[in-house]
Amino acid sequence: MNALWQYFRDDQSEILGWLRTTLWLAAAPVVVGLLISLPIGWAASRFRWSYPPLVTIAGLLYTIPSIVLFLVLPGILGTGILDPVNVAVALTIYCVALLVRVVADGLSSVSDATLAAASAMGYTNRQRLFAVQLPLAVPVIGAGLRVAAVSNVSLVAVASTLGVAQLGSLFTTGYNATKHGSTPILLGLVLFIVVALAFDGAILLGLRVLTPWRRAVAAR
Amino acid sequence: MTAFADGSGLPGIGLVPGWLTTAAHWWGPHGLLVSLREHVVYTVVAVLVAALIALPAGLVIGHTGRGVVLVVGLANAVRAVPAFGLLLLLVVTITPKIKYTHAVSWLVSTGGVPYVVPVEIVLVILAIPPILTNTYAGVQNVDPAVRDAATGMGMRGGQVLRGVELPIALPLILSGVRSAVLQVIATATIAAYLPFLGGLGYLIFNGLPQINDPNVGYPAMLGAGIVVAALAVTADLLLLGVQRVVVSRGVSQRFRTGVAYDPNEITKRVGVSPANA
Amino acid sequence: MIRFDAVTKRYPDGTVAVDELSFVAQSGQITVLVGPSGCGKTTSLRMINRLIEPTSGKIFIEDRDASTVSRTELRRGIGYVIQQAGLFPHRTIVDNVATVPLLLGQDKKKARARAVELLELVGLPAQMAKRYPAQLSGGQQQRVGVARALAGDPPVMLMDEPFSAVDPVVRAQLQQEFLRLQHELGKTIVFVTHDIDEAIKLGDRVAVLQVGGRLAQLATPAELLAHPADAFVAGFVGRDRGYRALGFADAGYLPLTDEHVARVGEDLRAASYVARDGWALVVDGDDRPLGWLALGGLPDEALAGQVTADLLNLGGTLASEAGTLREVLDAALSSPSGRGVVVHDDGSFAGTITASEVLVRIEARAKSIRPPIAEATK
Repeated sequence: MNALWQYFRDDQSEILGWLRTTLWLAAAPVVVGLLISLPIGWAASRFRWSYPPLVTIAGLLYTIPSIVLFLVLPGILGTGILDPVNVAVALTIYCVALLVRVVADGLSSVSDATLAAASAMGYTNRQRLFAVQLPLAVPVIGAGLRVAAVSNVSLVAVASTLGVAQLGSLFTTGYNATKHGSTPILLGLVLFIVVALAFDGAILLGLRVLTPWRRAVAAR
Repeated sequence: MTAFADGSGLPGIGLVPGWLTTAAHWWGPHGLLVSLREHVVYTVVAVLVAALIALPAGLVIGHTGRGVVLVVGLANAVRAVPAFGLLLLLVVTITPKIKYTHAVSWLVSTGGVPYVVPVEIVLVILAIPPILTNTYAGVQNVDPAVRDAATGMGMRGGQVLRGVELPIALPLILSGVRSAVLQVIATATIAAYLPFLGGLGYLIFNGLPQINDPNVGYPAMLGAGIVVAALAVTADLLLLGVQRVVVSRGVSQRFRTGVAYDPNEITKRVGVSPANA
Repeated sequence: MIRFDAVTKRYPDGTVAVDELSFVAQSGQITVLVGPSGCGKTTSLRMINRLIEPTSGKIFIEDRDASTVSRTELRRGIGYVIQQAGLFPHRTIVDNVATVPLLLGQDKKKARARAVELLELVGLPAQMAKRYPAQLSGGQQQRVGVARALAGDPPVMLMDEPFSAVDPVVRAQLQQEFLRLQHELGKTIVFVTHDIDEAIKLGDRVAVLQVGGRLAQLATPAELLAHPADAFVAGFVGRDRGYRALGFADAGYLPLTDEHVARVGEDLRAASYVARDGWALVVDGDDRPLGWLALGGLPDEALAGQVTADLLNLGGTLASEAGTLREVLDAALSSPSGRGVVVHDDGSFAGTITASEVLVRIEARAKSIRPPIAEATK
């Protein structure tokens, strides 16, 4: 424990810089990914014929190994391999690939009876989507979001193999330098886990705020 | 910095088709074929070991209903740990302790064993959660009425598990295996970061310091990456085919004569909903 | 036969599901356990094949203590039918039915052949044998469930609300066929239901259980309707007891009135001559009643045509000579002419009877079976 803290203090500014990069690399793709997935997932749930092709494409995208995307994107985006933007875009693609299906399934999970009742009460389709369907889909979407966020954090680490500077660099530093050995690696692991848990907790908290009815049921 | 020192980015991609169609890049000690074979070996071993552990555990947990919280917690915890970091930690700590440096027939080259062990450990750890959670969920989701009928007819616990719960849970179990296979194929690319190891990642990490070389640089890296993606897709389709053959038609609801009975749009609960088939 | 001997089921949190239950389910008969939610009927049933173990007391099946036999051996000798059928979705229905014989070690071909026979016995054609449960309707699945329970030829059958999950029309069909089946097979059946009408319809004897698992009354359906043991049973059995009890009274001798009948194709004018009180009964070539013709008060011009099927009033049920007083009363009450139509066994017209004539008959019968008032009141 002390060794870890000491190592951190020694390279504090560099490590903090890496931490910052990692944080936005892990957070931004999830947020942007969600924003992109919402309309696509909605379309998949609304137009049943589009569900299989959209979900299949999403599935295919998800099977592409992260390293491959990190390599392909510089060519397409015109950025360098070491540019963190590559990683961000790649991770966004993964989030979209994961969340499209989650959003579609979440919106579909709202019972037809509830939707029919809402329409019968006079909601327009648009109002119904935002006032009824989306809120009720939040638990399912939230669960998927947690998975996406946590997986994202781990994927960021892979980018360090290509040289992208973030917390994963602690791993490569420790591995390559025979002097420090396991300490930076352990520190990196600890920090990554903390970041992952922090994101998970934040989403969980957000879910709890957005779904007060579930708390009420659980309390009964 | 762009892919090529002269500042042009796109030509890198343009060279890839040519690179992939050059025979020399497929054959040879670190060609695509050898790397592919190594990659498949790493994957298959990891998934087999993970399945050997996770399948029985998942079946028992699903059947008895005990240990669910532990399983879910474990799966979530594993997801939070970066595989790459774990790998390097293991390499730094246990590789020096492994003294066996001989080659293992065509599976592992000389000197590779001390490094392949941490790789396989990490890949197995990655593969266990999807198989475990899907297996226990599949067994738990079996319609309680079906379970009750089976016990009431005089089937013993093991018979119920093997003859009833397992076949019905098969779609979910196989989808868990597929998920595991995809994750492992993707992560096995990192193996080549370590010395003496191969796999498709070799061409990627080998190309990094010589990125501008048209033979082993960026085009090779990209080419290898594409082959990894193709391998993942092929494996997924293969397992999908296996699933279609192995899962009873009564469960997947793919009927030769007629369709599933569905009056008034009320789906009949007969064990597994088509949505998670 | 199945004998319950002071059987009690008490759960760790204190709830008593079954309280010192003692009764006998006779061999070859259907014994129905009926009662409101929480009366322990399902718990009691499931103690017979030891899906639940009694806290105290013993259950004897054919004089063998159920707790001394291994559970799996016990269950393989007892047919078990549940509400949602619980068919194995991954097996064809013929393989579903063959489950117990295969468990008992029978030859696969023989077991399958027997299974197909059983499917036909419960009314499912052999062509359906290779289908999967998901391809069957709810009613069909229940039939497979029953066939599956019969496959091992067990002497005892346990049925837990087997017909409750289907719609009323299908339920009535299944009940009818179940009775026919039992008539052929004569199994010892313990049947659980929450529906008192089903209990009365199917049971040879009915056990009414109270919340808390106590036996309130064990009697034949007729006895239950005529002499409920206490206020609870009376309330549970419900209203219309007197009327429903008529369903157990054979019609016996009926003072039928013969009638002149009309036939399809005759002149309406001719038909009007046989009409009484403005109504004429129309029959077919075999003397089977088709419906009533309303001829009263019609002006002469309207009687120009012939008797045709679309002129007939189809209201009014038919009662069989050999049927129950309830059928006869209903025929009289539902007839548009006020005269209930009674037929012979072959369906041909026997005569008519009015509601008041039936009531006279009912009262005469009641008087003949009413026990005399005790002399002690003097």
